[in-house]
Amino acid sequence: MAIECLVLGAGQQVGKSCVVVSMNGKRIMFDCGMDMAYHDHRRHPDFSRISEYGDFDKALTCIVITHFHLDHIGALPYFTEVCGYRGPIYMTYPTKALAPSMLEDYRKVMVERRGEEEQFTSEHIVECMKKVIAVDVKQTVQVDKDLMIRAYYAGHVLGAAMFYTKVGDSAIVYTGDYNMTPDRHLGAAQIDRLQLDLLITESTYATTIRDSKYGREAEFLKAVHKCVLGGGKVLIPTFALGRAQELCILLEDYWERMNLKIPIYFSSGLTMQANMYYKMLISWTSQKVKETYSTRNAFDFKHVLNFDRSMISAPGPCVLFATPGWISGGFSLEVFKQWAPSEMNLITLPGYCAAGTIGHKLMSGKPSKIDLDKDTQLDVRCQIHQLSFSPHTDAKGIMDLVKFLSPKHVILVHGEKPKMATLKGRIYSELGIRCDDPANNETVCIPSTHHVEVGASNTFIRSSLNPNFNFSKMSSEDESDSRLKDGKFMPWLQVKDERAAEGILVEEKGKRAKIVHLDEFLLMLGEKKHDIRFAYCFPINTDNLEDTKSTDVSSSSNALSVSGRSSWLPMLYIKLSDELSGGNIQYFGEQIQVESFSVSLCLKDRCPYRIVDSPPNKCEAVFFCCAWSIADEKLAWKIISILENRNYGTL
Amino acid sequence: MYFLDLFCQPGEFKGLPYLQRQIFVLFIFMKFTCLSKGGGFHFPPCHVLNVCGFRILFDCPLDLSALTIFSPVPTGYRAVVDEKDSDCQPYSTLDSDCVTWKRQKIGKPLDANDLICAVPWYKIVKYLHLWNVSFIDVVLISSPMGMLGLPFLTRIKGFSAKIYATEVTARLGQLMMEDLVSMHMEFRQFYGPEGSTFPRWMEEEELDLRPSALREVVLGKDGAELGGWMPLYSAADVKHCLQKVQTLRYAEEVCYNGKLVIKAFSSGLEIGTCNWSINGPKRDIAFISSSIFVPAHAMSFDYHALQGKDIVLYSDLSSLDTMEGIEDGYSFLTTDSFSTLSWEESAQSLLNTSEHLEEREKLYYLCSCAADSLKASGSVLIPINRLGTFIQLLEQISASLESSSLKVPIYVISSVAEELLAYTNVIPEWLCKERQEKLFSGEPLFAHVELIKDNKLHVFPTVHSPKLLINWQEPCIVFCPHWCLRLGPVVHLLHRWSGDPNSLLVLESGHDAQLALLPFQPMEMKVLQCSFLSGIKLPKILPLLNVLQPKITLLPEDLRQKVRFTNVNPFSVFHYSENKTLIIPSLKDSSELEIATDLAFQFQWRNLKHENMNITRLKGELHVAHGKHWLHSGNKPSKSNSSKSRPLLHWGTPDLETLLSILSKMGINASVEQGVGVEGSKKACIVHVHDPKKALIEIGDTGTVISAVDENLASLIFEAMDSILDGI
Repeated sequence: MAIECLVLGAGQQVGKSCVVVSMNGKRIMFDCGMDMAYHDHRRHPDFSRISEYGDFDKALTCIVITHFHLDHIGALPYFTEVCGYRGPIYMTYPTKALAPSMLEDYRKVMVERRGEEEQFTSEHIVECMKKVIAVDVKQTVQVDKDLMIRAYYAGHVLGAAMFYTKVGDSAIVYTGDYNMTPDRHLGAAQIDRLQLDLLITESTYATTIRDSKYGREAEFLKAVHKCVLGGGKVLIPTFALGRAQELCILLEDYWERMNLKIPIYFSSGLTMQANMYYKMLISWTSQKVKETYSTRNAFDFKHVLNFDRSMISAPGPCVLFATPGWISGGFSLEVFKQWAPSEMNLITLPGYCAAGTIGHKLMSGKPSKIDLDKDTQLDVRCQIHQLSFSPHTDAKGIMDLVKFLSPKHVILVHGEKPKMATLKGRIYSELGIRCDDPANNETVCIPSTHHVEVGASNTFIRSSLNPNFNFSKMSSEDESDSRLKDGKFMPWLQVKDERAAEGILVEEKGKRAKIVHLDEFLLMLGEKKHDIRFAYCFPINTDNLEDTKSTDVSSSSNALSVSGRSSWLPMLYIKLSDELSGGNIQYFGEQIQVESFSVSLCLKDRCPYRIVDSPPNKCEAVFFCCAWSIADEKLAWKIISILENRNYGTL
Repeated sequence: MYFLDLFCQPGEFKGLPYLQRQIFVLFIFMKFTCLSKGGGFHFPPCHVLNVCGFRILFDCPLDLSALTIFSPVPTGYRAVVDEKDSDCQPYSTLDSDCVTWKRQKIGKPLDANDLICAVPWYKIVKYLHLWNVSFIDVVLISSPMGMLGLPFLTRIKGFSAKIYATEVTARLGQLMMEDLVSMHMEFRQFYGPEGSTFPRWMEEEELDLRPSALREVVLGKDGAELGGWMPLYSAADVKHCLQKVQTLRYAEEVCYNGKLVIKAFSSGLEIGTCNWSINGPKRDIAFISSSIFVPAHAMSFDYHALQGKDIVLYSDLSSLDTMEGIEDGYSFLTTDSFSTLSWEESAQSLLNTSEHLEEREKLYYLCSCAADSLKASGSVLIPINRLGTFIQLLEQISASLESSSLKVPIYVISSVAEELLAYTNVIPEWLCKERQEKLFSGEPLFAHVELIKDNKLHVFPTVHSPKLLINWQEPCIVFCPHWCLRLGPVVHLLHRWSGDPNSLLVLESGHDAQLALLPFQPMEMKVLQCSFLSGIKLPKILPLLNVLQPKITLLPEDLRQKVRFTNVNPFSVFHYSENKTLIIPSLKDSSELEIATDLAFQFQWRNLKHENMNITRLKGELHVAHGKHWLHSGNKPSKSNSSKSRPLLHWGTPDLETLLSILSKMGINASVEQGVGVEGSKKACIVHVHDPKKALIEIGDTGTVISAVDENLASLIFEAMDSILDGI
């Protein structure tokens, strides 16, 4: 079976993340985002590709939302309340807590300010959130008997999570957006080393490598400070959650240190309310922020005040956080219109703005005029500071994660096409992992892992877990120390644990397949073992043996001639050690053993296994008897040929 | 010792040497030893379980109720009075008269002077000190109360077990231990630093002088508990202990040693308390500690997660504590009434909210009593340290003050109170559904956040805090530790108010109130004893087991009479009692094993016709990971490739006729020579081969030897033998 991955959004683009993965009969939708750059049907993923007839409950097992950003959750109320999906939806506690504010904020901007027809109502948001099941980080959630999901901390924004999903033996991770380095208020992404068939990862910064962010933070603070000292106003367009809190922690800290009294405003009650959530969810922030909860919660901002619309044109310096972040409409646009024409003022821009938004226009170059719509043009004379710290991982982070998880396959989403292609090439060439970057509405199929489940007897398990030490090049030091030390190089003793599980898999009709140990198997059958072995008895010319004795062993030949026959076996041993590479040759005094093959001196006058015709000078031949079993057939004949070669080859 | 017989049942390991057999037994059987049944909410049970060759310790509590044998630190003027005739006088001045005077007292009722005036020692689980803690592999902590004795273990050299606890349990446990250490300081300051030696009060002759009730607390009923007394750990010990604890979220998976997959699931007793699921390759175990189905603050008892386990270790002994009244009044429960219940009905009966309402009633009553006292300008002292009860009472009392427009300050006095209250408001993931809803609607999780903001609730670290002295107003309501009435701010306040008949002391029942109040006699203060739900109620045990459907259940011996099972049980029941080891037989004779697909594709199946089975030889690498066995096809190209088609094991009896005919088909001519074999085996017969080359086949009863001049012929003969025998 294969894992089928249908990319409904964020395929070779940033915006409306939505991937539908089918694995082992389950179908999971990861994220249900909207594209803020569009105002027509293109802003939503093409849900009709999931189910032609709109029967989404049958078509999907569950929806998993990674975090509360609109490009990941924006289409959810539409999908559940208008399209009619009624199945389970999973997200982390912070996401569930913060998503409604996000969605409501967006809805208001759409309807009240832009005057559009609404995609969903406030009630829709409430109803939608009722279907959501909140999960904790690392909590193993059994969606049904076969489908298991687990969230891992992803950094990025409060409550952002990567989701591990497992059905049967197939497993994937969908990262959502993540950050591999900790920032002011959030920790870095954290995940276990998992066995994965597929990793679906974001690739916003597919080719960017970023250095430390402290320098850039200082730059930002300097710019803000300079502006307010000069009596200017600072507009920080952000989304209500995440970046706003991070920058606010930064500013609070700076204000404290520099003893500044200039007011910091939040544009709506929304951000104030958001801080309330942040206070309760402080355990989802970075270690440093977390530790402060009992003395002073880091989200109790001292310098922050609420902003009123009437204050837009009030004199004096101030810092204002206003939504939405990309100046795509709403309050931030309203303020922007007022403040942009003055050189004294400063506007900070987030690291990324969707194409088509004013933020995006400001980022590309330094325009002096901006077309608000067909008829209106705006002079932009204010300073612009682009924030270069972003809660997304950079290319190094992506590569690190891919390398750490070492999945069998990678799919890139949520990035820009040319950069994704570069990263894709790197993943394949540097890590040897197959990688795809499908466009929207494309499907990628990858093979999945399967295991066969059987029973295994205790004896089998125990015997398989027993260490099986393999001593290669074990020298016969204690037997013939002096000889070896003088003449030859002392080989190292190499010990390897070559435990192997060997058994028999039995499949009986009507019973579960079971692995048993060889010994158990016959007991099970009630049969007696019939051992088939091979035997071979052959002569070696003693003349030749004497020759070798004198050549190989010069120093102590006297002693050897006395011991006579008993020294022939060591001769063979030395010969074998020389010529048989890799075998585990053992010498036991009476016999030489290589695996199941054994050879010993045959003292019988008439050995039944003496099949070979005796050499003519019978009296001078010494006979050796060998035995082995079928497993070492090849080895046995090789040894015999080595030994026999001595006999005839040296003649 | 019925199960000892089982040791020798499978014939295969009768012959094993003793040690090996022991190891084998260890792997096959599971052993369970209850070290202590504990006593009440504050002293949970403690057990040891041997499974899969690992030794697991469940909880490591302290018996803090034993502290009542010590005299509290004297305060104010009382200290001067006590000086005259108390035990804290140097012992050297005791003359023989004094001893006889004391001896007379042994039979009399206790009075305050009988209490031990010394720096208290603390009592751990009685049989734990008899175990070698370095052999413990895993410690599972189910509740903060089950953690209080842990620093005693972790400071022992050689202790190396992995300790698991939920994040919240570890945090709350840490706060409780730190509080204990800081309250204990007061004793140290009073008596001076402790000597490292054995304290005098523990000496035999000293103990003999004590009243019997007191002696029993020190020594235990069987006199074996003296070894369980320890001088308190230090703050550094606590810190060191916490560093060794690996914290978990609910339902987070951890794998110990590849074999045991351990998960914690909420038990509902307190915030962060848990039950355990332990999955091994051979059996799945559920450990159930004291649990509450529908708690008002903590996440509810997640019993669904414990469904379908092989074994349930039932360790909720709370129903034993409240049994006295039930003994005669209630009828015994049997499965008869429940066997007819469907699974759904059982599940339904677990979640009825009557006990929840009952708890609410208790709190209401408590509030009304408090209000009465306050109206009579008496103060209310509530030394209840159960976090859940404490938080709910705070909410309840402040609400009832509001409604009766009583303007009375509420004080919380404890060295860790501020942190504790702040902490409870940042752990929404660990709370019940209703509290989580507060998170989603952006309200504080508990009312105390607002109360502090509105200056209705004041939190102080100690009774001496300057801020407290400035703020102090009476009448008031004070929450403070410690429930044993020997430690902490409660001692001071009791001394202050014990003479005021309008004041109210709220105590948790289940402890010896007589003994606890002894140092504060004469007590004019009203005392309200209140019991709170601390676990699964007796009538719910059977429906719960009905829902969980384990194959084996372990219940405490004390419940044998209370929970009776009929013969039609779907599961077998074992009863455990203190310090006796139960041996639980294995349920499966085989383990689960997963074979990698690539290996499975290499199988060469052979069919055994008369046995109606397919068999295949298999070889690979066995891995143990994640509580499962995995077989992978190793990385080296197996040697067996060459002989893959060759069966290595044969059985059956070869038929000579068939052999000869097969040989001749192969072009091998042979003749049979019946007779005595070489090695004296009588039945052996020899087949001589002359054509095409010389060879010999010696066929015996248990084996055959093939001897041929060359490899080819030998191989051909082997094939012939193979075809007339069964083999693999």
